[in-house]
Amino acid sequence: MFNPVQAIGRLTIEWVRELGRMGWFILYSFYMIARRPGSPIYILKQMRFIGTKSLFVIVLTAAFTGMVLGLQGYYTLAKFGSEGLLGTAVALSLIRELGPVLSALMVTGRAGSAITAEIGIMRISEQIDALETMALDPFKYLITPKFVAAMISLPLLCAIFDVVGIYGGWLVGVKLLGVNPGTYFYEMEKSVMWRDVYSGMIKSFSFGVIVAWIGCYKGYFSGHGAEGVSRATTESVVLTSVIILVWDYFLTSILL
Amino acid sequence: MIKLTDVHKSFGTQKVLNGLNLEIPEGKVTAIIGPSGEGKSVLLKHIIGLLQPDSGRIEVDGESILGLRRSQLNRIREKFGMLFQNAALFDSMSVFENVAFPLQEKTKLTSDEIRRRVVSALEDVGLKNVEDKFPDELSGGMKKRVGLARAVVLNPKIILFDEPTTGLDPVIKRAIHQLIRETHVKFGFTAVVVSHEIPEIFDIAQNVAMLYQGEILQHGTPDEIQASTHPVVRQFISGSLDGPIHVG
Repeated sequence: MFNPVQAIGRLTIEWVRELGRMGWFILYSFYMIARRPGSPIYILKQMRFIGTKSLFVIVLTAAFTGMVLGLQGYYTLAKFGSEGLLGTAVALSLIRELGPVLSALMVTGRAGSAITAEIGIMRISEQIDALETMALDPFKYLITPKFVAAMISLPLLCAIFDVVGIYGGWLVGVKLLGVNPGTYFYEMEKSVMWRDVYSGMIKSFSFGVIVAWIGCYKGYFSGHGAEGVSRATTESVVLTSVIILVWDYFLTSILL
Repeated sequence: MIKLTDVHKSFGTQKVLNGLNLEIPEGKVTAIIGPSGEGKSVLLKHIIGLLQPDSGRIEVDGESILGLRRSQLNRIREKFGMLFQNAALFDSMSVFENVAFPLQEKTKLTSDEIRRRVVSALEDVGLKNVEDKFPDELSGGMKKRVGLARAVVLNPKIILFDEPTTGLDPVIKRAIHQLIRETHVKFGFTAVVVSHEIPEIFDIAQNVAMLYQGEILQHGTPDEIQASTHPVVRQFISGSLDGPIHVG
């Protein structure tokens, strides 16, 4: 018979257990990174996959994000006669917020899902068990290189996102709508502080940890068969995106 | 020697191992037979510490493998090689890299020496000129042979075979059996073979254990098992539909 109290209890226990496993997973990953981060070859391969191969999509989204910011910003600022602040508005939105968040979300969709699928397939085809039977720690070969690569690649991608976005805003604001080019960059220089850049980079670094963490975790504990891997991949993308946005709020309130 | 004492294991509500006792003698081929879904692979995964029992003892060469730290467990695992049911080759690596991987990670051999050892391990399993192929370009039988080469390349003391011939055609099946026998004679390892291949398995094994309902029903030489009067063993060996084993 269906017992609601029992069902709630079971769900709570499962939820707490999952949280514990996730916590263990990230702690053990950092412990392994501290002990032996894995060979540079593995890390470089992962940086190529997570970083280099995301470049195109990052540049594309950055350009259009900057352009739309230019457009929206111009019409809003023009109401108050302060189009001159367009450069500041575009740069601060990008550097503090949109650069780190959007680049992380794009990497989640492109690389986070692939990380989960790759590790999930290795799990269901017993390749992870095979590593274990060879007395080799799967974390060293599969997990830590992805963590290190994501923690390096994300801030770099974010920096590229910011620069391309700023020029996207410039293209629309200056070239299309006629804001003075000197003012666009001068106002930006005056009001963007190093602190803004640091806080953006710290965010981006922590998003790198989240992408690797959830991507690897969901793959490592994926269910059975093709269906298990496909579910793990979906869950990984959704959960990573949600955690990024929630974490972004808290981090912003601390860093501001 | 591998010794399992009163091993219990359940997955959720399903009891898979139910007070299992088994001794696997050193230097011999021990076959574990039994109906599908009776937990033969689960048993094998317990021996190498991929699964932990709910209760009971598992010893390898007189040393318990339960409750160990990873580094201690890895020291024991270095005695083992394992051939998985689907070979479990690393699919992002070529055949050569697959077989070379344990050598690169576990020994300090030069790359020339590694190449020599890999080529000779592949020749031992009857494979030539496949070094640069990737696992998805190989047939099932070839994958198993590469898996076998990878399992023996470090000369382990104990090799676990999880259904080494399931899904292969009769000729390849015989070739793999022949290979297990030959490599066993050549290297003298302890072998544990999980198999359904009746009666071929009786020619390879010196010891046969029948797993049924989570326990070892009978354990003895192939002749003893073949001469068994136990109704379950009789039914399983003859492949008859009538008897205590229920199908479906």
